[in-house]
Amino acid sequence: MTCLLSAQDVSVRYGSLAALAGVDLCVHDGQRHALIGPNGAGKTTLLNVIGGSTKPHRGTVRFNGRDVSRLGPAARARRGINRIHQRPAVFATLTATDNVVVAALPRVTRRRGWWPGGRRRAAQHRAGPLLDQMGLTDVAAVPAGHLAHGQRRQLEIAMALAGRPRLLLLDEPAAGLSATEVGRLAELLRALPREVAVLLVEHRLDLVYALSDTVTVLRDGRTLAAGAPDEIRTSPLVRQAYADGMS
Amino acid sequence: MRDELIRRARGAVAALVLAGLVVAPWVVDDYTAAILARTLALGLVGVSVALLTGVAGMPTLGQTAPYAAGAYACAVLGSQISDVGVVQVAVAAGAGAVLAALTVPLVVPARGLIVLMITLAIGELVVTVLGRWRSVTGGTDGLAGITPVRPFWGLPVLATDQARYLYTLVVVATLVGAVLLLLRTRFGLLLRAGRDDETRLRASGHRVPLHLSGAHITAGAIAGAAGSLLVVAQQYISPADFGFDTSALLLLGVVIGGTASVGGALVGAALVIAVRDWLFGVLPGHAPLVLGALFVATVYLLPTGVNRVRGPRGRLRPPAAPPSRPDAPAARDHVTVPELRA
Repeated sequence: MTCLLSAQDVSVRYGSLAALAGVDLCVHDGQRHALIGPNGAGKTTLLNVIGGSTKPHRGTVRFNGRDVSRLGPAARARRGINRIHQRPAVFATLTATDNVVVAALPRVTRRRGWWPGGRRRAAQHRAGPLLDQMGLTDVAAVPAGHLAHGQRRQLEIAMALAGRPRLLLLDEPAAGLSATEVGRLAELLRALPREVAVLLVEHRLDLVYALSDTVTVLRDGRTLAAGAPDEIRTSPLVRQAYADGMS
Repeated sequence: MRDELIRRARGAVAALVLAGLVVAPWVVDDYTAAILARTLALGLVGVSVALLTGVAGMPTLGQTAPYAAGAYACAVLGSQISDVGVVQVAVAAGAGAVLAALTVPLVVPARGLIVLMITLAIGELVVTVLGRWRSVTGGTDGLAGITPVRPFWGLPVLATDQARYLYTLVVVATLVGAVLLLLRTRFGLLLRAGRDDETRLRASGHRVPLHLSGAHITAGAIAGAAGSLLVVAQQYISPADFGFDTSALLLLGVVIGGTASVGGALVGAALVIAVRDWLFGVLPGHAPLVLGALFVATVYLLPTGVNRVRGPRGRLRPPAAPPSRPDAPAARDHVTVPELRA
């Protein structure tokens, strides 16, 4: 089975510090793949490399069979790699609907007709159901800057889905959420369309094991282990890595 | 309810101001009508400053450059092509847009205060060129004896200050209406989104530099068109009309009016210019001091401008942006007075 996303021999250095040292990763179509590891393992850096916001010193990133290593975040998003950030990134002065419209615009085609604004209308048509799916219909006309943290997170997921992604990069989506909000988030992530592959970075291992079907463990910028959640959960090597990371 | 009342009050004030501007030439003398026409032209440049500073998030001190390009293109080239005002406005807007397009590689990649410095340098450079290119611009003596215009084919030449004022008012109202319409389009939405979080907009797949270039060129065209109105209003132009003091006053006016409000910017810029011209007579030699004090007071008392100071919560007052991500590069912020102050 070919990889939808493959990162090969990816290395990133910050001065003398090797944030990533020859990491390989393969994410298949529709797969729920999690990246875990202690703080400083290189998880977010790898996500940045895949999303295009960090250039690797060595290695290549291929998506859907094409080398995207030289592309920036915008070009990768247009090819189907969308991202959700550690802190919800929304357009604060725009309404929730307009946030989703903006996110949908690059991937909608103009509706027929000579009257201008066809693409925007098509994007608005797409925004309604997504906001409904995320339970945000009641706040559709509220500026995103006025939404609660959990609602912003839901809005960001709606925005990511509006871009019709084939791969969704989730960078600690549960950060800052209450237990109830995490439960709601897990439901939303579980309900994501199966044609969307997910690469999840998360510290909450219960969420990781509940959502993913493959887990890769990073430590000190290298791959420590990879396998099914049950294998990783019981691996002494992984337990040791976390114990060392916290000490 | 409170929101609705404030919205209606603003509508009523805008209608009153517009009505006052329409009847002004029958109430005031020729000199005041000429001053008002010039003030309206500068107010239109203020609109272009607001488009860049408040909507696109690119604070600028250089809109006098396309303003000057438009004015000189109108005076030197436009008057030779045609004496029809519409043609001259188009020529001036084109000249402003071309100059803005030429400076895109310098301005668009820059951020924050660096944009202010670059645009200031561009403005000063243009004034220097105008002062030295005597064969075309008349140098520091300027250009006088510019042919009067007729608004449209078949209409009489604008021979009085009142007629010139009304022509300026119509052109300004038309262009401000066009800008307001533009801001309601996809382009306006993307500009506001980029101002809120440029990194997020990029991550959604948008070509942010393309939108910013479009905003820069559009603002250049508006300022250029304003240049043609200055020529009509004054019938004389010189590099002194486009110096740093004009840039600073325009920015002050836009800050007072509210950087993200087109109407507020127009009124703010017009007010500041009118106050300057009035103070010039009342306190000869001290007008800059009073305007400087006004700027300092604005910075501390009205950090979001007059237009936003009493805005209702949730709709008109822009909400505080969420903190940016720790791993994200610096995003283009909504420009606030503290940033301009820095």
